[in-house]
Amino acid sequence: MATELKMPALSPTMEEGTLAKWLKSEGDKIEIGDIIAEIETDKATMEFEAVDEGTLAKIMVDEGTEGVAVGTVIAMMADEGEDVGDIEALAAKSDDSSEDKEDVEGEGKDVGREPSEAEVTETAEKPTRSPASDPAIPEGTNMVSTSVREALRDAMAEEMRRDERVFVMGEEVAQYQGAYKVTQGLLDEFGDKRVVDTPITEYGFAGLGTGAAMGGLRPIVEFMTFNFAMQAIDHIINSAAKTNYMSGGQMRCPIVFRGPNGAASRVGAQHSQNYGPWYASVPGLIVIAPYDAADAKGLMKAAIRSEDPVVFLENELVYGRSFDVPELDDYVLPIGKARIVREGSDVTIVSYSIAVGLALEAAEKLAEDGIDAEVIDLRTLRPLDKETVLESLKKTNRMVVAEEGWPTCSISSEIVTICMEEGFDYLDAPVLRVTDEDVPLPYAANLEAMALIDSDRIVKAVKKVCYVE
Amino acid sequence: MAKKPAAKKPAAKAQSPVDAQDEDFVLHSLQEEFDKNRTFDADADQMMRFYEQMLLIRRFEERAGQLYGLGLIGGFCHLYIGQEAVAIGLQSALDNDRDSVITGYRDHGHMLAYGIDPKVIMAELTGRQAGISKGKGGSMHMFSTEHKFYGGHGIVGAQVPLGAGLAFAHKYNEDGGICLAYFGDGAANQGQVYEAFNMAALWNLPICFVVEDNQYAMGTATKRSSAETRFYRRGTSFRIPGMEVDGMNVLEVRQAAEVAFKHIREGNGPVLMECNTYRYRGHSMSDPAKYRTREEVQDQKDHHDPIERIKKTLIEQGKSEDELKQIDKGIRSQIAEAADFAENSPEPEAAELYTDVLVEEY
Ligand SMILES: Cc1ncc(C[n+]2csc(CCOP(=O)(O)OP(=O)(O)O)c2C)c(N)n1
Ligand SMILES: [Mg+2]
Repeated sequence: MATELKMPALSPTMEEGTLAKWLKSEGDKIEIGDIIAEIETDKATMEFEAVDEGTLAKIMVDEGTEGVAVGTVIAMMADEGEDVGDIEALAAKSDDSSEDKEDVEGEGKDVGREPSEAEVTETAEKPTRSPASDPAIPEGTNMVSTSVREALRDAMAEEMRRDERVFVMGEEVAQYQGAYKVTQGLLDEFGDKRVVDTPITEYGFAGLGTGAAMGGLRPIVEFMTFNFAMQAIDHIINSAAKTNYMSGGQMRCPIVFRGPNGAASRVGAQHSQNYGPWYASVPGLIVIAPYDAADAKGLMKAAIRSEDPVVFLENELVYGRSFDVPELDDYVLPIGKARIVREGSDVTIVSYSIAVGLALEAAEKLAEDGIDAEVIDLRTLRPLDKETVLESLKKTNRMVVAEEGWPTCSISSEIVTICMEEGFDYLDAPVLRVTDEDVPLPYAANLEAMALIDSDRIVKAVKKVCYVE
Repeated sequence: MAKKPAAKKPAAKAQSPVDAQDEDFVLHSLQEEFDKNRTFDADADQMMRFYEQMLLIRRFEERAGQLYGLGLIGGFCHLYIGQEAVAIGLQSALDNDRDSVITGYRDHGHMLAYGIDPKVIMAELTGRQAGISKGKGGSMHMFSTEHKFYGGHGIVGAQVPLGAGLAFAHKYNEDGGICLAYFGDGAANQGQVYEAFNMAALWNLPICFVVEDNQYAMGTATKRSSAETRFYRRGTSFRIPGMEVDGMNVLEVRQAAEVAFKHIREGNGPVLMECNTYRYRGHSMSDPAKYRTREEVQDQKDHHDPIERIKKTLIEQGKSEDELKQIDKGIRSQIAEAADFAENSPEPEAAELYTDVLVEEY
């Protein structure tokens, strides 16, 4: 059978080219790998190599021809033992069809692709979520005052007891007991096989942890703080978050990246950033940022059990705060579910992480002025529980978002968008956001205080949306 | 191929007081062991296997290039033509029940080396539902966890710490497996590679790092990018022994694998192997190849081709030209079938857009 040689696409964007030169003539024998022609694109001159053997029976596009569309038949090849004459006749027929070939804008690269039954469509249903509720805490359960630091440690220890595959790695996590003492006692209980001190090599150990997760383990990778994870963000996003999708669901990556996030105290701009919005923008990641100890524990346990990669954002200033934690054998909370931490009817304050404390403080002050604020702790930033946010908005019709972080492209921006897209009819006032100032965090005590969100600013914003002086 | 003289000089005996305390320093020992016999003693069946497998990769890649030209394959597509002996030589020495492999985006050959059906690989290249990643990964992102092949990674160098992680898991699970992690001469300049070297050596991880030195990173020749182009030496500061191997000779690559894998399997930690090889085609499909001469490429094809080399040996050993031609024919028809399949099987269902983002529902 004769083979058609078509104008090849030599780059991802090529739609047409110039047939600069024929290096073989009609009647020449062609071996695999022979350069048959030179083709010029707007970027370069490329060689057109034979991938089949045979005889060059007929040249159909002369050298020097410009604007030859990708896919145009440029020559015919005869196979071994085939009559070149027959092919000329055949070529004569296909000649006119090649003349008809136009360079349709945007089509070039896809000329050979037949549209399939699953052609681009808008009918694909976007999956909807129905997040689970928190498990009921049995009546009479003992509540134990626990620091966030201990709650996180307890969660890791419980999961390490439960599952041999779970291990912790990071800088100073073992012998030093954690830079912020979150991994205190783990080395003693689990030994250095499962509590691994790493060199200061964030890119490397984030990659190594990700590879270990791909290989079937359940790593907990501690970053001393998330500021240093910027060196590792490539593995968090490109390696951990995207691989399941790119592999069509074959390659799981059950890993937890955890550590303190956000502003600490007087450590300056490089050590004081909230990465919540960065990670929350990435499909394929779970992002958790709890506030109190019970949530920290229940969500850390869920994170370690999850089959998906989790970014778990803690806060140094909250580590030492104590909260009631139910004394239960296995306290696991649902990922992706917000929690109403204070019920109210006049206005909703949406928040997460350390700012939840400020929102609660603001709610107390507002109560003195007769404003009954509802406070929502998002707890999980991705997937975001917009149902809880919208339900609350339906009730209060007013909303303020409080976030310890920069305003631009923030979680606040996202909540505002959700309210515009899906809650507009419930709004009695514009949604306002209260965030840090849009500057790198300064060192000087007064400037730092000016830059960071506080409860007074939340109070002010709430009064504004309530139209109260 | 002779890029540069191999380090055949035996290491100087420890003289200085520092060296004297360092007698177990094994940097040169593997090279010395390898230099004693650089050619794998393959039996007739193994020889034929090598030939068939390398030819399968070559014909697959040629066809992929053709389908690209026809617009059936999009985006970036990096062909392995010329480098076949590296993947086949190394992977033929693995224990596929235990060992894992990871590489970069030039990954078709490494998958074919497992005997994975060319159809599902080709169908991934054309972005079809039947592709090994359901058409969602493409040429650069292919995986087969069933075979312990962990990709297929598009970020230059990323596979190196990921591979160290796979090795960490082998050690943690005490499963006796080792990881084979490939990367390019260009990738060898990534900082994360050395972060991985350090941890792999520090923790004695069972991993074979392999630099596939095909002499160019896109259009940059190694000597324009690399202060030390003898990549096998680059583990020195991490006490990782190095080996320099002719990557155009499958029997030499296989022999090097025997030496390296034994060392690793015995619990001695990582090995760094440099395989000197050459890619005949452009970096990806849109490479104008102005950075090297046609003569240079032709010289490699004429004098160093890994398939021609083994073909010659096979004929010397009594195989007939005709017999080999028949094998080629069989492979061609297998590849033609794969190409047909890849062209004619349907694109992914629209609903696939939203699947596999996360494993669980929340
Ligand atoms: C981090 C990163 N930088 C740049 C690129 C773009 N890029 C893709 S391949 C490549 C060259 C790599 O060459 P080498 O490591 O020698 O591998 P080879 O292609 O020769 O197999 C570059 C620069 C990339 N994919 N990732
Ligand atoms: Mg290279």
